[in-house]
Amino acid sequence: MAADKIAAPRQMRSVEFRKEREATWQALEALIATADKDGLRTLGAEQLARLPHLYRATLSSLSVARSISLDRALTDYLENLVGRAYFVVYGTRQHLRRQLAEFFLWKLPRAIRAAKWHILVSAIVTIAAAIAAFQLTWSDMDYYYAFAGDMAQGRTPASSTAELREGLYHTESGSGMLATFAASLFSHNARIGILAFATGFVAGLPTLFLLFYNGLVLGAFAALFHARGLGVDLWAWILPHGVTELAAVVLCGAAGFQLAHALVFPGARTRMDSLREHGRSAAVIVLGAVCMLFVAGMIEGIFRQTVTSIPIRFTVAGATTAWWIYYFGFVGRGRDRREAAERAATSLRPHLPGSAPELLPQMSGPMEVSR
Amino acid sequence: MNPVSLAALRPADHGKLVREIVTPEGIPLKFTLARAGDRAGAFVIDTLAQILVIVAISWGLSLATGGASSWLTAVIVVLAFLLANFYFAFFEVRWQGATPGKRRIGIRVIDARGGQLETSAVLARNLIRELEVWTPLRFLLASDLMWPDAPGWARLLAGGWAFVFLFMPVFNKDRLRIGDMIAGTRVVMQPKVVLVPDLAEEAIVVPFGAPAGTKPTATHTFSDAQLGIYGIYELQVLEGVLRTNPGDASHVEAVRTVSEKVRQKIRYDGQVVNDEQFLREFYAAQRAHLEQKLLFGQRREDKFSK
Repeated sequence: MAADKIAAPRQMRSVEFRKEREATWQALEALIATADKDGLRTLGAEQLARLPHLYRATLSSLSVARSISLDRALTDYLENLVGRAYFVVYGTRQHLRRQLAEFFLWKLPRAIRAAKWHILVSAIVTIAAAIAAFQLTWSDMDYYYAFAGDMAQGRTPASSTAELREGLYHTESGSGMLATFAASLFSHNARIGILAFATGFVAGLPTLFLLFYNGLVLGAFAALFHARGLGVDLWAWILPHGVTELAAVVLCGAAGFQLAHALVFPGARTRMDSLREHGRSAAVIVLGAVCMLFVAGMIEGIFRQTVTSIPIRFTVAGATTAWWIYYFGFVGRGRDRREAAERAATSLRPHLPGSAPELLPQMSGPMEVSR
Repeated sequence: MNPVSLAALRPADHGKLVREIVTPEGIPLKFTLARAGDRAGAFVIDTLAQILVIVAISWGLSLATGGASSWLTAVIVVLAFLLANFYFAFFEVRWQGATPGKRRIGIRVIDARGGQLETSAVLARNLIRELEVWTPLRFLLASDLMWPDAPGWARLLAGGWAFVFLFMPVFNKDRLRIGDMIAGTRVVMQPKVVLVPDLAEEAIVVPFGAPAGTKPTATHTFSDAQLGIYGIYELQVLEGVLRTNPGDASHVEAVRTVSEKVRQKIRYDGQVVNDEQFLREFYAAQRAHLEQKLLFGQRREDKFSK
């Protein structure tokens, strides 16, 4: 080859290499195209078994191509193909039903337990605001307009006691109206909740404001009804859905505080790493809170407008409280412990970046190109 | 995903937008971050799809139930909320980081460290949209509804807020929106690249009109000295020229110009009948030469090296 003239590029290694391996690449490309289009489930068992082999063969082709081939089109193609295959091979392949089960039976309660201090702060802010508003409104009813002006829906100190009572026991006849009411309550509250979480990114100040404002409205309301001797009736009206709704708002606030905490005080990690970890667990909490608000909307819009008995209203309130305490406090505990034990056991082993390759069989020795 | 020509990929690839992920097998993969325009395009497509779905369902339901009822309104209100907040999350979980709009444009969401794209990450990046997109837009477009006779400073503040949040990806080197920062995700280009024929293999053809059975031979030959002038960079630029718009008048023009330049530079004194044929053969010879050197560990990056 060291001759003066190079006669024919026929013997080029890269050309031979491509001819030898092309079939493997095309087989992988076809599998990826199917998986991308219709999901992995449409692949048969035999195809699924071939996928990791084809992927590894193509990955090794890529590293060979990088070292011997100067054909830009070829390396670009392989780079692209391997990149697409990588996400199929290492992507999550859990069934949606299993994902949902895992979310509700473990991830959500775990995230909430992990955020207990943020939840405490969030709850204290709400309760403090409520108490302050209650005191102020109790001493001077004019404060009511300042605190609950927008939310009053015609229930103001100017209303007579009879009118206020009527509001608490008012039942709608058409169930359709109730549904609309419940739906708009839900979407309004959920949007506020999501916003309370998202504004955690602005150092949590808007989150603080939203929680505080929520508490003020509650306190002012309570003061007005207590002043008219309607205290018990008011709580029977609020609590059946209010336990769930207030808890959800407090949780969204806690998620926002978590975000703010990660951003402002990242600790030993970089700000990005800290955000990434807390942002994800905060998002889990927010999704849980949105589900809670949906439940609260149903109770508020349908149950409360049809059932007026005080004992039943309080029973429902008590039952929801007990349920949330049980759910957040105890569901998934066992799995938490198992995970912790496992982590302690594996922390000494070398750790590879990326995720656990569920699909990849353990391979030993050099790779063979499967054809 | 539309197949994208190499030429479209190249400029970005050379830029600062390439990120590497090391696979568990220990091989680094290169990913090019999506451009702001692509992301905006995907977003517009997805938003239109959402509007289309909500209109179609409302229309279908009202036809099915015969006129407006409050139940219908309830269903639509909930549906609109779910679509606005979970449309992206739903598709990104099911389609491994793609949505209909992203797939159309050829971009996808990945975990910044190359791990699995977790459901919680997808949720985090999409729940932020409420703050990033809808709140500022609502303020900008309908501030009169939200806060009648707002003072000027409030509008200015809202405008500044909207500007910072909407254009965040342009302000940082990883093109992150706030949702991406919180979730630890990146959006990368992942168009479908097709495998095109090897230019070096196509270069040597049987001359037209030759008797059957004639072995294909190169009509132009180059000496080692002539092949020692250019490097890998020039080779790949040449590849680009040969692959861009074949059959087009601009292609013919480009090939003629490049061919002249090459002949001058390497002092080629043989006869050239067809510029295209000449360049293809030169490309094949040059690549063979450089790859041969590569095998011996000599990597000549461009004409200026060594």
